[in-house]
Amino acid sequence: MSTVKTLILRAPGINRDEETALAFQQAGAETQLATINQVARAAFRFADYQVIVFPGGFAYGDDLGAGRVLASELNLKLRAEIEPFIAGGGLVLGVCNGFQTLVKAGTLPGPVSRGQTVTLTNNDSGRFECRWVYLTANPNSRCVFTRGIERIYVPVAHGEGKLVAPPEVIESLDVALYYTNAKGRKHAGYPHNPNGSLKDIAGITDSTGRIFGMMPHPEDHIRATHHPRWTRGEATAASLGLAIYKNAVEWVKSL
Amino acid sequence: MIDFDGDWAVCFKVETHNHPSAIEPYGGAATGVGGVVRDVMGTGLGAKPIANTDVFCFGPPDFDFNRLPPGVLHPRRVFKGVRAGVADYGNRLGIPTLNGAVCFDERYTANPLVFCGTVGLMPRDMSQQGRQKPGDRVVLVGGRTGRDGIHGVTFASEQLTRDSTELSFTSVQIGNAIVEKKVLDGLLKARDKKLFSRITDCGGGGLSSAVGEMAEETGVKVYLDKVPLKYAGLSYSEIWISESQERMLLAVPQVNVEELLQTFAEEGAEATVIGEFTDDKKLTLYYKDHSVCDLEMGFLHGGRPQMSLTASWQKPLHPEPQIAPAGDYNDTLLKILGSWNVCSKEWVIRQYDHEVQGASVLKPLVGQAEDGPGDAAIIKPVPTSRCGLVISNGINTRYGDIDPYWMAASAIDEALRQVIAAGGSLDKAALLDNFCWGSVKNEQSLGALVRASQACHDMSLAYGAPFISGKDSLNNEFEHEGQRISIPHTLLISAMAVMPDAAKAVSMDFKQAGNLIYVLGATFDELGGSEYYSHLGYIGSNPPQVRPEAARKLMNSISLATSHGLVRACHDLSEGGLGVALAEMAFAGGLGAEVSLDRMPTGEDINRDDVLLFSESNSRFLAEVEPGNQEEFENTLRGNAFAVIGKVTGSDTLKIKGLKGKLVISLPVKTLKEAWQKPLRW
Repeated sequence: MSTVKTLILRAPGINRDEETALAFQQAGAETQLATINQVARAAFRFADYQVIVFPGGFAYGDDLGAGRVLASELNLKLRAEIEPFIAGGGLVLGVCNGFQTLVKAGTLPGPVSRGQTVTLTNNDSGRFECRWVYLTANPNSRCVFTRGIERIYVPVAHGEGKLVAPPEVIESLDVALYYTNAKGRKHAGYPHNPNGSLKDIAGITDSTGRIFGMMPHPEDHIRATHHPRWTRGEATAASLGLAIYKNAVEWVKSL
Repeated sequence: MIDFDGDWAVCFKVETHNHPSAIEPYGGAATGVGGVVRDVMGTGLGAKPIANTDVFCFGPPDFDFNRLPPGVLHPRRVFKGVRAGVADYGNRLGIPTLNGAVCFDERYTANPLVFCGTVGLMPRDMSQQGRQKPGDRVVLVGGRTGRDGIHGVTFASEQLTRDSTELSFTSVQIGNAIVEKKVLDGLLKARDKKLFSRITDCGGGGLSSAVGEMAEETGVKVYLDKVPLKYAGLSYSEIWISESQERMLLAVPQVNVEELLQTFAEEGAEATVIGEFTDDKKLTLYYKDHSVCDLEMGFLHGGRPQMSLTASWQKPLHPEPQIAPAGDYNDTLLKILGSWNVCSKEWVIRQYDHEVQGASVLKPLVGQAEDGPGDAAIIKPVPTSRCGLVISNGINTRYGDIDPYWMAASAIDEALRQVIAAGGSLDKAALLDNFCWGSVKNEQSLGALVRASQACHDMSLAYGAPFISGKDSLNNEFEHEGQRISIPHTLLISAMAVMPDAAKAVSMDFKQAGNLIYVLGATFDELGGSEYYSHLGYIGSNPPQVRPEAARKLMNSISLATSHGLVRACHDLSEGGLGVALAEMAFAGGLGAEVSLDRMPTGEDINRDDVLLFSESNSRFLAEVEPGNQEEFENTLRGNAFAVIGKVTGSDTLKIKGLKGKLVISLPVKTLKEAWQKPLRW
């Protein structure tokens, strides 16, 4: 496929939509921003795109819990769009608020028919925190977005990012990204794991590897001067979050 | 507003929301952010907010509960509430909070100060204010109108008393960040489609002020019953003056009305036609077919008699203390690092999203562990442009206790030297002044205000940096048992500067053992109002002065050096002087240093180690330079006062030798950092 078309969904309170568009453009995709309302009245159709993104922010203020209202809208207003899109082999990315939305809608870890099985809840610190974290990819994950990645360095900016689920669900998750220290070691504790997520889980994928959600923000590290220590000469190409977007684009192109 | 890169323009506004934050810290601070963001949204034909700044002044967090005047919230509660309000509102709007300060003084206990700033970005061809035509519709966008915030501005200008909390509670507005985000998203779309001819925000005074201002040259008819309400039962006068939040006022040519309403509806924002502009130069208001107001615009705008006030000023008498020299200053340095004003504000900064919008270049926290105190923040707001925008601030109220002139001059110097330290220059630097004062009916207090203003005038010309915006908040007093407690004279200077290449940014953390450490700028015996004197219980009589000719020359030389990549780290010297700045560079870089005070360039004879260590003389910097660049750096700096005072070391200790060659500071970097981080590790 020559052009990769990405649809970035917006809802009241969503932010980082423009950075996400920039990241996808930098990775070689065409991007379109659309509100949930526009999709609901079919001004934009998922079928015309290969990648659907739920970006970060505070959809509807997160007043009923992060991503809660948007998740209901996804299941009620957009079901007829998203189900055939997923069944047809499309890619879905949820970052931060988008991850919270996908989890609360039951899209992740999926299948949707099982309903919500995982949640993202208040950080152990009890507060919103903005800090940079190392994410180490799980080489055994089916995830399309994290293929070939060893370790990236990206910021978190959330108050509800702790992934929690019953032990049997946790064991069955396809974990794509873990919070680790700079050397890739798990169980590094706070602040390496910034929210207390069980098993240091930062991002998960579904059984197809095509639906992927993560709490940190790869779109905030797409050039060297984003790196918090670039003035110390510590920015590296391998640590860029851009790899996530490049993987998505390359995967679609390879079809 | 100033030009950014030829295609884009940037604007900057700072507001205060003091009294609301005194009685309802969370709501007061949140609506403070909301208000200043709307100011920027209403600039030109609408700017996109790209950065927020926050400066707070509180009573000390360890203030004795038993001494708290009745009706006053404890500083710690005010601090936590204000922080939460600013973070919740700013984070939800998706605007990074990049720069700020937190200052503490007992006199702020009953009257805290909350400064909220916003930087906006817009296409240059949309940077001028629009002009409506008669027949254009008056469109109100955003939040619904309720009884909250009635007489908000009036309350903000009154003296606070023990009863303020109960009597004025309804004067505090109720914010909803998501409503504002929807308005913002719709607004930028409507702007780019050129659907409206003019825009302004509904701030203090609500519709009365927004409509009245916008229609000055035309005239206007407004149907107050068309204003969407939160609940029934408001009188037309309440609708007219309510300061309910998240509202913007637009002038919209009739042909565009439908598309405009649709554009906002798409974002879930409410927009309503409430009247039309006329050509009769009158303000006419209707409520359910009754005429309820009919005033000439001329009277409305020019009918108010000018106030006349008297000012005088006398320098207060604070003797210069006699202090016996100490053997070493280890304990003193640790105490100053741990003082409320100097200590790490990481607890606050981490709870703000400083990454959203993906533009950061120099973050508020920098260094090897990403927790050192950066001088200024830098963003690269236009991805296709190399240009960076530097944002900084200067504030120091203690100097004002001695002389408000030097306080204002110092604040300007501080804001500008942070710009310089971060790699910016004076070329495209602009300033903002926000005055918070006690009662100006008090002659002395007004005299102090005049002196501070004179310094702003003088320094602005001397540095070639224009004041592009400003604001004042007067009557910051609290009455208790017949006694008036006035806040200290407070002037916040905010600065922004455009740098041609954001990749030339310099952070303040030491980078490499073996590099040279330079002091740039001369030190004077100027300990008045310093952290050092304060820690010993003194004020003193000699505040730092500004010598703008030498300062400007030095700043220009440093800018040249940073633009040539000759400087590995640069930090400005401010509260706590050389001692604190060296410690901060060392622990931010995770490296030690060895320096000697006897090599420091001075502007007068100084024979005391404590003066050299802790004097807060303005226009001074510390710079780290690689030995290989020594010659080129020194050539670039030639003609200024500067000297190598030592070098960065791989050891874990900061060692400072005094004038007699004896170590006056010898402390592990870890210990210095712990002293600095401990107080606000909440």
